[in-house]
Amino acid sequence: MSSASKFKSLATEKSGDLRHRQVIRTALRGYEIVRDKRKAAFQSWESARQAAAETKWEAVNHLDKHLESLVAKLESRGTKVHWASTAAQAREIIAQILRDKKARSIIKSKAMTSEEIHLNHALEKEGFTVVESDLGEFIVQLRHEPPYHIVFPSMHLTRGEIKDLFQKELGDAPSDSPEDLTMVARRVMRQKYITADVGFTGANFAIAETGMISITENEGNARLTAALPKTMVTLIGIEKVLPRFADLALFLPMLATAGAGQPMTCYNTMYCGPRQPGECDGPEEWHVVLLDNRRTELLADAEQRDALHCIRCGACLNVCPIFRNVGGHTYGTTYSGPVGAVITPHLRGLQEWKHLSNASSLCGACTEACPVKIDLHHHLLQNRRNASAAQPAFFEKLAYQIFGIVANEPRFWSLAKKIGWLTQPLHSAIKGSVLDPARSWTKTRDLPPMPRETFKDWWRNRK
Amino acid sequence: MSERENILGRIREALVVSAPLPGSHGDTTAHATAEPPASHAREWLPSVGASVTEQFELFAKNAADLKADFQVLASRDELKTVLAKLRDAEKWQRIASHDGELSNFACKSLGLPVTLTDRGYEVQEMEKCDAAITECDALIAQTGGVAVTSRSAGGRALSVLPPHHVVIARREQLVADLPSAFALLQQKYAPDFPSMISFITGPSRTGDIERILVLGAHGPKKLTVLCV
Repeated sequence: MSSASKFKSLATEKSGDLRHRQVIRTALRGYEIVRDKRKAAFQSWESARQAAAETKWEAVNHLDKHLESLVAKLESRGTKVHWASTAAQAREIIAQILRDKKARSIIKSKAMTSEEIHLNHALEKEGFTVVESDLGEFIVQLRHEPPYHIVFPSMHLTRGEIKDLFQKELGDAPSDSPEDLTMVARRVMRQKYITADVGFTGANFAIAETGMISITENEGNARLTAALPKTMVTLIGIEKVLPRFADLALFLPMLATAGAGQPMTCYNTMYCGPRQPGECDGPEEWHVVLLDNRRTELLADAEQRDALHCIRCGACLNVCPIFRNVGGHTYGTTYSGPVGAVITPHLRGLQEWKHLSNASSLCGACTEACPVKIDLHHHLLQNRRNASAAQPAFFEKLAYQIFGIVANEPRFWSLAKKIGWLTQPLHSAIKGSVLDPARSWTKTRDLPPMPRETFKDWWRNRK
Repeated sequence: MSERENILGRIREALVVSAPLPGSHGDTTAHATAEPPASHAREWLPSVGASVTEQFELFAKNAADLKADFQVLASRDELKTVLAKLRDAEKWQRIASHDGELSNFACKSLGLPVTLTDRGYEVQEMEKCDAAITECDALIAQTGGVAVTSRSAGGRALSVLPPHHVVIARREQLVADLPSAFALLQQKYAPDFPSMISFITGPSRTGDIERILVLGAHGPKKLTVLCV
């Protein structure tokens, strides 16, 4: 089945699943309220957004310069930097580090880039044990599922489902209270940090000026992952660069506000090297893997280049009426929601993923929510345009040509209205059935009855 | 050619065409001002009062929202009393800490066995400690958080491994906002930064189960900030 038909059938199923919709609504109920409260606490959220957008513009439009500075600074403090053009290369680089270290177990903190390159699967195939330490990621890992949402990986599950999962997989679930369940995960994970050979992390920002990787998290799992194992590996997309250390003073609170309605995420940590002389702990070796994986293709599209400004806060997912109805797994992509619909065609192929750009009401809620002002809903339109320019849909084109002829000629237009009025009662017999050529529209919608007397008739006949 | 050259080559090729500036409706000329776009962040971030008293009040309010405990203490004697109360209430048996004027004072006053991190430590031993006592680099009024580094606060693990993190700070370590905190860190350390700088804003937390807040996900369940 093509990814488009998979998407359609899952979307139909999920949007009719009232229980699923209820779970998502509950999970996001509080989000908008606290986010708006936090936004209002800013003296000027709009100015902050503009500055964040300009900072990212500067970073992405001088990406070569910033990456060179970042890498030089990282290396000067003993960090090993690797460059990967493709997902396969990144997987091989990481696997080779593990082989060299004779590692067996890896503790991971949350990293969407690792989902993007399907890292866990590749490492497990080679016999390594990989444990996700972020609670949400740990839960979906136990379910052998990809994360449902880039920030809240397990938001589609209820506490009851998580209790049953823990009971089945860990044999430990005292109750279904979130507190008890979190403590189960805490207990399980504690020894794993201490015994793991390698700690693996993603990253939120990379600072060109000082050669730092910044990681944002609430749980402390990334802190522990970067503190205890002897070797640390960080996988980061090349677009995550910020020019200056001080830029974080703006980006950290904005990420927290847009992503979860927090003033600041609990731990915002900047790493600039493995354990340095005179320090008492931290990894002896730190490997940073810079991942392209077709980001440079998106970079080459000047019109949509700002999609690389994305800081993965998830705000556009949270407000998207499509995401809220069809859910995260329906997309079948690493990055879901509006930003996923924009970038996936660049990362995985336009024709195969163009359907995501059509799954949009173009309401613009995503663009408005974006803290770095990515023009998301216009990019969806541009994807549609690019897809049909590259591969025109024959029948659609024909239909619009016929419509053009009819609408341009008053006689044809009047005739069409007459035919419409006469045949509409007959249509009700086949409405939504396989015989109906417009069934995908009429299945769930009613057309208002066409009037016997049109406005034109009325105007002509008025006294 | 190495992958480094391949990637940089593709980037340079892509950047030949310039992209419109954000909010410019298609204008591709570089922005006019020479200063970094985020340099006025202070004017846009949540406001902070001008006086130190207001800033302490704001820190206290933010810390309370984060469910962190914050106390401004009049003297070292009061610090002793507060620490002893914590020790007795939570039945501390062993604590972890690091070498520092304030942290040494605190450890001495508690009279408990201490795991010091400075010259290396056993992770299993630290894991069994009931609390960690550290110093910090700054308290940030705007967020109610503290900034620590691997150099100022006993390494990377000390502030996250034990279940209760007690930060002991000096009054003059309070800064108004995030831009001041970043400026302070840069001034204090650049270019020889500690290998870890962490902004800790409240005790460890998660909302991964039905978005319900639970404290102590992996890091400390409790964060106490004592200011003398």
